[in-house]
Amino acid sequence: MKRHAKIDGPQTDRRLDGMAQGVLGQPLDRPDGPLKVTGRATYAAEVRLDRMVHGVLVRAPRVGTLNGFDTERVRGMAGVLAVLTEGLPRNSAQGAIAKSPPGNEGKAQYVGQPVALVVAETLEQATHAAWTLEVGIMPSIPVINPHAAPTEFPEKKQRDLGDLEAAMAEAAATLDETYHTPTLSSAPMEPHASIAEWDGERLTLHGAYQMLKFNRKQLAEALGIDPSAVRVLAPYVGGGFGSKLGISAEAVGAALAARMLGRPVSVVMHRRQVFEMTTRRSQTQQRIRLAADVDGHLLGIGHDALVSNLPGETFSEPVQQGTDFNYAAPNRKVVHEVARLNLIACGSVRAPGEAVGVTMFEVAMDEMAHRLNLDPVEFRLRNIPDHDPLDGKPFSSNMLAQALTEGAQRFGWRHQPPRSRREGEWWIGTGMSAAVRVNMLTESEARVTLTPEGRAKVETDMTDIGTGTYAILTQIAAEMLGLPVAQVETVLGDTDLPPASGSGGSFGAASSGSSVYLACLEIRSQIAARLGIAEEDLTLKDGHAIHANRTIPLSQILDAPITTEGHVEPGDSGKIARNATYGAHFAEVAVNDVTGETRVRRMLGTYACGRVLNVKTATSQCHGGLIWGIGMALTEELIHDPRDGHAVNRDLAEFHIPVNRDVPDLEVYLLPERDDWANPIQSKGIGELSICGAGASVINAIHAACGVRIRDLPATPDKVLAGLMQIES
Amino acid sequence: MRPFDYLRAESPDAAVQAAAAPETMFIAGGTNLLDLMKLEVLAPARLVDITRLDLGGIEADGDGLRIGALVPNSDLAADPRVRRDYPLLSRALLAGATGQLRNKATTGGNLLQRTRCYYFHDRDTPCNKRTLGDGCSAIHGVNRNHAILGTSEHCIATHPSDMAVALRALDAELELLSPNGSRRRVALADFYCLPGDTPHVENILEPGELITAVILPAPVGGRQIYRKVRDRASYAFALVSVAAAVRVEDGLIAHVALAFGGVAHMPWRDGAVEGFLQHQPPSPALFAEAASRLTAQARGFGANDFKIPLLQRTLAAVLAEATEVTA
Ligand SMILES: Cc1cc2nc3c(=O)[nH]c(=O)nc-3n(C[C@H](O)[C@H](O)[C@H](O)COP(=O)(O)OP(=O)(O)OC[C@H]3O[C@@H](n4cnc5c(N)ncnc54)[C@H](O)[C@@H]3O)c2cc1C
Ligand code: SF4
Repeated sequence: MKRHAKIDGPQTDRRLDGMAQGVLGQPLDRPDGPLKVTGRATYAAEVRLDRMVHGVLVRAPRVGTLNGFDTERVRGMAGVLAVLTEGLPRNSAQGAIAKSPPGNEGKAQYVGQPVALVVAETLEQATHAAWTLEVGIMPSIPVINPHAAPTEFPEKKQRDLGDLEAAMAEAAATLDETYHTPTLSSAPMEPHASIAEWDGERLTLHGAYQMLKFNRKQLAEALGIDPSAVRVLAPYVGGGFGSKLGISAEAVGAALAARMLGRPVSVVMHRRQVFEMTTRRSQTQQRIRLAADVDGHLLGIGHDALVSNLPGETFSEPVQQGTDFNYAAPNRKVVHEVARLNLIACGSVRAPGEAVGVTMFEVAMDEMAHRLNLDPVEFRLRNIPDHDPLDGKPFSSNMLAQALTEGAQRFGWRHQPPRSRREGEWWIGTGMSAAVRVNMLTESEARVTLTPEGRAKVETDMTDIGTGTYAILTQIAAEMLGLPVAQVETVLGDTDLPPASGSGGSFGAASSGSSVYLACLEIRSQIAARLGIAEEDLTLKDGHAIHANRTIPLSQILDAPITTEGHVEPGDSGKIARNATYGAHFAEVAVNDVTGETRVRRMLGTYACGRVLNVKTATSQCHGGLIWGIGMALTEELIHDPRDGHAVNRDLAEFHIPVNRDVPDLEVYLLPERDDWANPIQSKGIGELSICGAGASVINAIHAACGVRIRDLPATPDKVLAGLMQIES
Repeated sequence: MRPFDYLRAESPDAAVQAAAAPETMFIAGGTNLLDLMKLEVLAPARLVDITRLDLGGIEADGDGLRIGALVPNSDLAADPRVRRDYPLLSRALLAGATGQLRNKATTGGNLLQRTRCYYFHDRDTPCNKRTLGDGCSAIHGVNRNHAILGTSEHCIATHPSDMAVALRALDAELELLSPNGSRRRVALADFYCLPGDTPHVENILEPGELITAVILPAPVGGRQIYRKVRDRASYAFALVSVAAAVRVEDGLIAHVALAFGGVAHMPWRDGAVEGFLQHQPPSPALFAEAASRLTAQARGFGANDFKIPLLQRTLAAVLAEATEVTA
């Protein structure tokens, strides 16, 4: 039996609140944790198959027309089995698109593009041969400067409400500043890896992907076969952050080579290839305009963004996604411009849009608060809209005020003028920012089986990319079915199982969680029916049904396992009410007056994400977001060579993500919330919210500490030093 | 990685003889060499593994210390005599890399680690240090982590070692064994080369020559500071670093030794600046003048221009701390 729900409006029954097991929301350890820390969880690159050989991708060293490869020489090298120069995609597929990624049309359109795959008996042989392969290219001049490139203005991303120019002209206080964020990389810990094996016409791919039902279709189309002939397995994924939403060259290459050779082929990207051959977060230029009256009420908001991508790619970093609804103002203008560049493809990276858009907007809000001589917390509180500022629809829930107030209180927020605290060489300051992020629900299915012995199994092709899916789906089923968590097994990451939302856009937990909830609800209904009662009157706890003072073990109710399916789909809910998540970030930093080095001393975040499914994994997501914020603010930048645009610092020694010593004590507080409009479990996304604006609290704290306003991220010592020297002179 | 022959040396003499053959390199901790071999930036035909040689140990050498070339960076940093008498060295080591790397990295290998210039690490871009005559990609490219002192039009790379900067301030010497069996001692001051028009030549080692030990002279006492300015709090190479050993007697600077990292093709030392400070009463004005003399010949290449003021300010701050003089 299948339980289906299309979410067309508020889900007010809040059934989960009426359950008795008491495991949902608890800080349950990840069931997969012991496997991972003892190395028994097998990640894609660790899969070993009989007769397996190894492929290594080859990059384009420059931009131009592909002009032949010296395959002869390489084919003669020790162990080399094949050199593939056709059929590889130009770049990764975008997320949630059931189409093959684009081919290369005989061109290298960016330096680093995968253009060939060399396959050999051993990884070492394949690697050496790949280095040896000469890529013939008739060079052309790459377009790498967004200001000198052809640009497009996607119609759906422009906004023009009221008259911003007039508001700017009349306002008591205005701001008109331009900000820049660099190219960023998701740099997941696990490199992209695919092991392909054919059984006749059927392909099995052990991969490292986030959205299996789409990955299967992408791969099928790239290979010209039916999706039903493709099985993708990804039970454990070591982080994705968007870079594993769509398939990349390593999957297509492994499948093509395995078909050609009749042997399993493993293709694992080198760390350097992860930076070039998967997707990056576009660099952005953001012009932000604000107009306010004397009381600090916003009259106008302008947010113009220039982003980039390769020609033909539909994705463009949705920088202004949060600007649509963050603050009230009658006059609003958004210009979204996409430059077509010969640089690494852009795609979704953790919180596409808000991660950089909200961050720079929140820096602008801080600047504006200073101009108005207002406490930045108070300035934000004065501008929280009571309905969607674009079209007047209600908010499903807007917790921004609570997040700001609660956060300010827990942090001990005190607004101080810049340069008012000093310890030796160090300026100390605190900064804050708001967090907003759209919330989504996507279609998801799951199967749940309950046995008379009181054991349950959850099955779905959902992925756990380090996020905690195994834990939360186990908890939802245990809560709904009244079982200790040890009695529930969750099986993920296999396209033979019911198709799930996949992990992306922070919709995974709520979407796949809802499908598991629905399947369990169906089981509960069937049990209730056998007892002759209504489902609402049934209590399940510790493997027993409890009703009217009677406690009956499941084994007396069921004579065979019950299997059900749950299927959730988005409906009109999202169109009727604006659905989003909210939070606030607070940071204290120390800035060295001699060197311009910045160290974060403490950071606190308050977030509202609806029902919390597991406080430990949710908090862990928030820690990750805060750390990403530190990195975005202070250290992370994938630097493009000024001549050909190649990523210069494409390794983890020089692409500086924060290390332990950069990360102080992080405090996270999750606000109690139920959002009925969101889905049947009243839960919303958390993984991305905590990065949206996090970096702004650090940037604003730098200003509060030493008076230097950083508008180009990251705030490396050279930039802060330039500001300090300017103040000194 | 190009396939290579592997040979485990049984004695220092056997090691140097084997390494005298063309396309042969020593391997110690391998933390630098293997990375570069994987990128095929280095592609030796033969590796001579020296890790089983008897080149460990830290021993007294007169009033100084003799540090075996194979002493791991971690052990050297933790040695009680080093921490007591040469704290500068201990701090410099601990400011470098990570605990895991320091456990593997050796004293000899650390001195010979190669530049972190992005282009040197990338076979697809021209680099004079890799192939003389191909040109330098960094001069008009991304040069944020490049040198400001002693550069040439052929190469603007820096030497990345922290340990070497400390050893330079401490007047260390190296003990070398050559393939013909002879031993020589070379001051670290004379060991490294500026890029000039031979950026591929980084030191005065002859083919096959082995570093067997580092010798520290008697301790100089005074205040010792190693200050490293970097992009993140740990696990990043120096943007600029200053090693200082300073002793103040009767209100005058009696001894001063200063070495600088992140700014040149070698650990940088400027005798004229030290001479200027010697016998002077410490003051902020004196430090500012020393800093400006240090950078009189400095030149930036765009993205690394900031290193000039950064070096000046860091030096002044280190001198202030060492002499306990504040503005
Ligand atoms: C990610 C990363 C970050 C790092 N960060 C820092 C940092 O912040 N600061 C810092 O100072 N260093 C840093 N390092 C560099 C590290 O200190 C060096 O890699 C290490 O010291 C090299 O020592 P090794 O024994 O591993 O040398 P190997 O890699 O074995 O050898 C290096 C070179 O020395 C030669 N060699 C080795 N021993 C001898 C000998 N006795 N005689 C003659 N030739 C010899 C080898 O042939 C080779 O050419 C970092 C390294 C990495 C990978
Ligand atoms: S600075 Fe030196 S190492 Fe770097 S590219 Fe130029 S020549 Fe090569």
